[in-house]
Amino acid sequence: MAFTSAVITFPGSNCDRDMAVALEKVSGTAPRRVWHGDSQLPEGLDFIAVPGGFSYGDYLRCGAIASRSPIMQAVIAAAERGVPVLGVCNGFQVLTESGLLPGALLRNAGLNFVCREVSLEVANAQSLFTSAYEAGQVIRVPVAHHDGNYFADDATLDRIEGEGRVAFRYAEEVNGSARSIAGLLNAAGNVLGMMPHPERAIEATHGGTDGRGLFESAIRGFVGA
Amino acid sequence: MKVRVHVSLKPGVLDPQGRAIHHSLEGLGFAGVNDVRAGRLFELDVADSVSDEAIDEMCRKLLANMVIENYRIEKVAA
Repeated sequence: MAFTSAVITFPGSNCDRDMAVALEKVSGTAPRRVWHGDSQLPEGLDFIAVPGGFSYGDYLRCGAIASRSPIMQAVIAAAERGVPVLGVCNGFQVLTESGLLPGALLRNAGLNFVCREVSLEVANAQSLFTSAYEAGQVIRVPVAHHDGNYFADDATLDRIEGEGRVAFRYAEEVNGSARSIAGLLNAAGNVLGMMPHPERAIEATHGGTDGRGLFESAIRGFVGA
Repeated sequence: MKVRVHVSLKPGVLDPQGRAIHHSLEGLGFAGVNDVRAGRLFELDVADSVSDEAIDEMCRKLLANMVIENYRIEKVAA
């Protein structure tokens, strides 16, 4: 049975093609492409990706308008049914704005757009998205964002850390994120939001393959299911 | 009916933009500025039939992110 995935595209998304290429290279099956104005997802999805970019021009707040679009209501319903959902960069902002993940992403503490490869520590290697990594493993993945400074109140931070929901931490200073959180899981573990771009780290000729493990983990979870 | 919605960061939420504006004011030689917090102002023109509850819901559902922001609704005399 083929791994059936979908990539959502909003006006202003610009990492949707990279995400689709990554999913196809690792799973062997091209994902379905879904437009923001659609109100229904394809049937029988095993994985949904909300890609990076500047949805709706980052108007109001990054991800705010996209999170209220018709297709996101279907994504939220699918996430609540347990379908794995990955949000990268702007996709992470969409997931926090939609309420699927707690907290918010503020302007980078240094105010600059940060665009470089960074070191990430795999903080939880038992999740649906990280099982191909070792706990504590340091991987190199690119970031490219202006608003990646993760914020939540202390009680929320304590809770998500206590529940093992931090998937990735920055192993260096990047954007001022609370407790160096780079990637965060929901309580059920089927939703991951992260600022770094694993889909940009799947080809050795493009600088590294450390992002492949995330997609391999998700596909392994699918095969095991 | 004209309605102004003032959205501001909650106390304790880091405001790098406010801090940069603060530094810039100091750079211009303005003394005595203790702190700057940047916010956002929306001006809505709504039908008189729109209820206060509906305006409040607009703020909570879209205009403000309740995780990090507070809002204040001000009705403006025409």
